[in-house]
Amino acid sequence: MRRLVVPAAVLVVLAFVPKLSVDIPYAFKSALNTPGTLQLLALCLVFGAVAMTYDLLFGYTGLLSFGHALYFAVGVYIVDIAITRWHWSFAAALAFTALVGLVLPAILGAVSLRVGGIAFAMVTLAFAQAGSVLVFKNPYNWTGGEEGLGADYTKLPQGLVGIFNTKHLYWVALVFAAAVFCVVEWAVHSSPGRVWQAIRENELRVQVLGLRPYGYKLMVFVLASFLATAGGVVYLLLLGGATPEVTSPNFTLTLLVMVVIGGTGTRWGAFLGGALYTWADQRLGDASASHAVSSLPSVVRTPLQQPLFVLGVLFILVVFFVPGGLARIGRVRRPRTLQRLQEAMQR
Amino acid sequence: MSTFVLLTITGLGLGAMYFLIASGLSLIYGLMGVLNFAHGAFLTVGAYGAWFTESKLGGLSVLPRFLIAALAGLVVGAVFAGLVELVLIRPLYRRHIEQVLVTVGLGLAVSALVVAIWGNDARPFASPGWLGDTTTVLGARVPNDRWVEILTAIAVLVALNAFLRRTRYGLIIRAGVENRAMVTALGIDVRRAFTLVFAIGGVAAAVAGVLSGVYFGTVDPARGTSLLIFAFIVVVIGGLGSLRGTAAAAVVVGLLQQYANYYASSGLGDLSVVLLLGLVLLVRPGGLSGSFA
Repeated sequence: MRRLVVPAAVLVVLAFVPKLSVDIPYAFKSALNTPGTLQLLALCLVFGAVAMTYDLLFGYTGLLSFGHALYFAVGVYIVDIAITRWHWSFAAALAFTALVGLVLPAILGAVSLRVGGIAFAMVTLAFAQAGSVLVFKNPYNWTGGEEGLGADYTKLPQGLVGIFNTKHLYWVALVFAAAVFCVVEWAVHSSPGRVWQAIRENELRVQVLGLRPYGYKLMVFVLASFLATAGGVVYLLLLGGATPEVTSPNFTLTLLVMVVIGGTGTRWGAFLGGALYTWADQRLGDASASHAVSSLPSVVRTPLQQPLFVLGVLFILVVFFVPGGLARIGRVRRPRTLQRLQEAMQR
Repeated sequence: MSTFVLLTITGLGLGAMYFLIASGLSLIYGLMGVLNFAHGAFLTVGAYGAWFTESKLGGLSVLPRFLIAALAGLVVGAVFAGLVELVLIRPLYRRHIEQVLVTVGLGLAVSALVVAIWGNDARPFASPGWLGDTTTVLGARVPNDRWVEILTAIAVLVALNAFLRRTRYGLIIRAGVENRAMVTALGIDVRRAFTLVFAIGGVAAAVAGVLSGVYFGTVDPARGTSLLIFAFIVVVIGGLGSLRGTAAAAVVVGLLQQYANYYASSGLGDLSVVLLLGLVLLVRPGGLSGSFA
């Protein structure tokens, strides 16, 4: 029980954020309880949670997937298509998405987990690319192609629509993040969770002990993908529509960046990484339009206008100088997770 | 029939570009165990190097301008790739996961930087007029640039093969792909070969960058990433670390993509390539050429 005290305290504090009219200069453009800031915070919570689901694969089981974006995109697009194009009710859309969110990773995971290491990374990348191609191809005009698809807001729960209700969306995001945190915490301490970590440490030894790693890997793959799909649904509610960027391979790479910046295989690392990355991405974009930046000489100003450039460079610096990520700051040794992962990749 | 010929030659041209990117990827992975996510950035840097040079040479006529620009692109690609290895990859010696992560960060940062400097839009890239003309082959009117792409890729394949088979450095690289620890134990500094392999990969990617500029008539900051994904697929299908396997896979992927896009439906080509990858990995997890490096 003691290990839940800190998360519970954090949850309570976060739950009261929409009631606080505090202005935090530099960190946010406007007071905490304004819709703009609440939406940014909600995005941070969602991506923090999705990064945690990626860490289940990468940090805890040692599976380097480049296709996690696909399952997030399933959550964003299927709900959107079901309510907007097929005119289903929101509840039916949710049920159908949950079904797809379980069946699709079970099938694709069963195929891709037959290979390991780099080949696994490539197959997952290829499946995600197939998803991206489908979205751009816009079959039957369902996905809206590169323009994306705005959700039919009349089908969404009325309490979750409109700027006035941003605080409700924030709470939805918070509940989602808390749920993911609890599930991840419970899963990695459960008995399959220990096997996942054993697979990361030494898969051969798990086999010698008489366990079949394949089933355990498929289990964690489906769990992480399903949680990512749920994250996609929350993201859709937050933004009120789908854009094809969420299907891009770059989005999976972004998840990898988040997890590594935060610290792989740690309790808070992935969440912090995801939240901080999202916040920095947004605020760097705002900052590039600010007076302080526009008065800089163009050599400095031009790169600063692209948040992804700044974040890419920051990421390289983290890999070089904080190899364990922010959650392991101050520890000089290379984290075992990366060492084990490397050994697993070379087999 | 004429459509089929056109599709075949266009598919081979596309395969040529995949090969140029994939050969560097495959060599780098084979020798160093690093999956280079910055390879698309090498292509972008090479293509923009050529485009930038061309835009500064206003006075010259098209052909010399194009040749100088292409050469400049190759030099920029080689120097950039070599520097990346020296500055970013070498200090992380033996930490493969970190090396891959650094190339991921670099890939994101470089394309963002290119967008910051030259914008998101594609920039027109002028090439000699006869490249845009067509030659009639078996009733098909084939754009001339396809021949240039195919011939360049063949030339690169022959040159790389000769380099790997006939020179001392080639010998070290081949031995390193086979068994790096043994080469080191024999007192040879493999790390010098690492920089060389990166530079070679950079040149090949830059060639692909210039050729893609000719093929599409523009240079564009997102093209590196989109071609890189297919190059990854080619490398895996061909078997990591095998140059001949890569060449064969590039041809198969390029042709399959063109045929399926035309005869089935547009966009299906990309899907069928993914399907092919899945099939190959399930039947032969090591790729077409057999063993997994």
